[in-house]
Amino acid sequence: MKNYIKYLPFLALGVISCEPELDKPVDEAGFYSNGETDFSNYVALGNSLTAGYADGALYLTGQENSYPNIMAQQFAKVQEIQSFTQPLVNDNAGGLLLAGNQITNNRRVLAFGTDGAPAPRIYTGMQPTTDITNVLSGPFSNMGVPGAKSFHLITPNYGDISGVPVGSANPYFVRFASTPSSTVLADAAAQNPTFFSVFIGNNDILSFATSGGVGVDQTGNLDPSTYGPNDITDPQVFASAYSTIVSTMVGTGADGALVNIPNVTSIPFFTTVPNNALVLDAATAANLTGFFQAVAGIFAQGAIQQGLDAATAQAVAAQYALTFSAGPNRFLIDVPVSQTNPLGFRQMTEEELLVLTIDQAALAQGYGSVVLTPEVMQVLGLLQTGGQPTPEQAQLVLAAVSGVDDKDALDKDELTAISTAQASYNATIKALAQANGLAFVDVKVTLDQVANGGIPYDAGMLTSQFVTGGAFSLDGVHPTPRGYALVANTIIDAINATYNSTVPKVNIGAYGTVTLSNDVQ
Amino acid sequence: MKKLLFLAVFMLATAVTYAGGYRVSLQGQRALAMGHTGVAVVNSAELGFFNPAGLVYLENKINISVGGFGVFSDVVYQNEQTGDVARTNSPVGTPLYLYASYKVTDWLTAGLSVYTPYGSSVEWEDDWAGSHLVNNIDLAAIYIQPLLSFKLNQYFSVGGGPIYVTGSVNFNRNLNRTLSDIDGNRSEVTVDASGVSNWGWSASAMFSPADNLRIGFNYRSEIILEAKDGEADFENIPNSPATPFADTRFDAELPLPAELTVGLSYEFCDKWLFAFDYNMTFWSVYKSLDIDFANPSIPDSKNLRMYEDSSVYRFGLQYETNDMFTLRAGYYFDESPVQEGFFAPETPRNDSNNFTAGLSVNVNDHFAIDASFLYSRFKEVNASYDSYLENGQAVPFGGTYKSSAFVPGIGITYKL
Repeated sequence: MKNYIKYLPFLALGVISCEPELDKPVDEAGFYSNGETDFSNYVALGNSLTAGYADGALYLTGQENSYPNIMAQQFAKVQEIQSFTQPLVNDNAGGLLLAGNQITNNRRVLAFGTDGAPAPRIYTGMQPTTDITNVLSGPFSNMGVPGAKSFHLITPNYGDISGVPVGSANPYFVRFASTPSSTVLADAAAQNPTFFSVFIGNNDILSFATSGGVGVDQTGNLDPSTYGPNDITDPQVFASAYSTIVSTMVGTGADGALVNIPNVTSIPFFTTVPNNALVLDAATAANLTGFFQAVAGIFAQGAIQQGLDAATAQAVAAQYALTFSAGPNRFLIDVPVSQTNPLGFRQMTEEELLVLTIDQAALAQGYGSVVLTPEVMQVLGLLQTGGQPTPEQAQLVLAAVSGVDDKDALDKDELTAISTAQASYNATIKALAQANGLAFVDVKVTLDQVANGGIPYDAGMLTSQFVTGGAFSLDGVHPTPRGYALVANTIIDAINATYNSTVPKVNIGAYGTVTLSNDVQ
Repeated sequence: MKKLLFLAVFMLATAVTYAGGYRVSLQGQRALAMGHTGVAVVNSAELGFFNPAGLVYLENKINISVGGFGVFSDVVYQNEQTGDVARTNSPVGTPLYLYASYKVTDWLTAGLSVYTPYGSSVEWEDDWAGSHLVNNIDLAAIYIQPLLSFKLNQYFSVGGGPIYVTGSVNFNRNLNRTLSDIDGNRSEVTVDASGVSNWGWSASAMFSPADNLRIGFNYRSEIILEAKDGEADFENIPNSPATPFADTRFDAELPLPAELTVGLSYEFCDKWLFAFDYNMTFWSVYKSLDIDFANPSIPDSKNLRMYEDSSVYRFGLQYETNDMFTLRAGYYFDESPVQEGFFAPETPRNDSNNFTAGLSVNVNDHFAIDASFLYSRFKEVNASYDSYLENGQAVPFGGTYKSSAFVPGIGITYKL
């Protein structure tokens, strides 16, 4: 016994592990549950949102923070999964090259001017190096293709480089299509996924919206090959494409999640420049009011001269006698010339929107209202003293009106067209999710909350405020990593609810927002 | 046989000896083997740390104890909400000690002690979930202390001496939870200061009312390490006027708190010795770790710590099997100085139960080999650090932590 007792310490050593072990380690099998589904081979279908596009470009750190990649990292905490692969670009500059020529812009960064004011600028700190002639060998779990609309996912030759210059193919898909003639859907289904997500249809209305509605609402036109890039997709075309996507993916035996279309008009791209940013002092307001009285007078006079009866002429002219007050006033927009609006302009209504890309310097100089040149002021002076302008002078006054162009605003009709199509798309998505027993992800509700008050997180409130709100990147359309993390959490919630799984969510506060850099020109 | 069983049971039942905060209680093999007791144990030159007043009772003219430890200490963190997991991959710490005493006269002994009572080496994975609080830290302090020990009479002695401390600190963390350069590399700062020195002292007394009973008292003063002009190295900073983090110098203060120890030892049944020590470490001096950057455009870093004074209760037992072997075992309970809501992952320690054992092999009359080991058992703890601010708002960082420490040690005792 005496001889053995000295070994006691070493015996004890044998039973003691040096590594601390928790009672219930989250990284041991069984802590989280995959429920009734299988995340082992996850494939994501979608557009720029799925690809991780942000700040007006696709760049490496954006792809790392794409919502499918965030989700895959969380799936990996639940069960063994195949590596989630993405068609990574080469750099963090973000621009694309086609045979050495740059075809898309670099990303934006938040730069500070000499006055100390921050503004989004194009990053020029490095040359873009991602040439789409370098085709990557896949397959790729992240099948998000920036710019894709619903029907593009089933359009052959969408990855054929010869179609890029004419717009029939997509430079992002060119980089990783299995063959030039393949479709996004075929390449996704060929991976035999166990789980898939679809987040498509945004561009079917978004490109119309961001173009200021210069495209056409193609509702009623069932041939998407005739659509222009900024058109609204016919809801039947959308429904047909979407159900093909869903049935094909479900046909592989996979479970999945379908994400609906958030409101495109509550993104910072449309909410940053208010439609009443025409801020006037009292004198200028009075000048403008006087100006439009003159416009109404000149119009009425002209109309009567052209044979309209006085009462009608006065009634039509009355819409041009706009009044302005000190403080904020709504801008004017151009509208099609019509019998009821022969001058083709009016003041914006409360719900109408201006785009982020509007020329704000021009707004300061009369774009959206009146360019009050000295000559125009001279005519106004003449009118105020009861003088009679010459036809040339009258024309000078009418020409001074500078309504916002169609491309810079979404008017009532355009907004209605967008929301009608959106509602139809979302009804289709929800119905297909229900019919196929898939998770339905109401990201619209989540992003509405971001836009209206915000979503609280551990260090504050995530809002849609441009630059500072944290949810949206510097293009005003695509989320930041923090915004994408929120989307990932929303999808995970829906998946957990549908499949009785317990995939853990991420802390969105741990994800970044906009990127600072003064490497700009 | 009974006695051996008793010892064996004691060794298995007793668990743990490691200290809260960045106190490293590894100041001698023989003491550690007995739960790091020693304020009332006259046994070896280890008294040079535990109670200099006792040195004068050592029988030999010259006593030397020298040794070291390998500290294998790691921490695991997890957050059940997010599934985040992190483990430290801390380098093996190697605290060392050297004690020497020389009996000048029957009533006076002089001594020299070198020891490392404070230190911390924690290395998390870079950019882990708590990287805005710490990526890694390496803190070291060497105490060098000349000593005198006076026997006032056969019952009472006093001792003490000045302490010279030289220390270093290297600390790296990310600037916040999200800032990164254009390529996504997280912005970080490393502060580094070495050769930081200061003075302190310790004083002690020993009372021996009976042949088999000793009572000891030891007090070691607080020493503030004042780092001046340390190097602050900022990396991966975006090129932006909003992030003016150029490399600069910094000043900071790190307290090495005072410690009071009282205890007793009792010899019984001829070959047995029981020892009890109580430590009070005056951690309440550590209110905040403030890093004052020389560059005025870089905001100073204020990190609340709000430590509380903490107690350690130590029990040790020694059995002299024969002339050759002496066996030891011990236990201590180490109370963490960290208050709720101030659990920072740079010193992720909660209360611990500590189990120790060891032995001495007397090779000959002059020379012995001492070995010890310590196993620190920490309860799993749900804890958070709530004083980290982002946009002026407190952002708690919390989760479940579990630490472990395993410390084997070896040393030699020489007496002449």
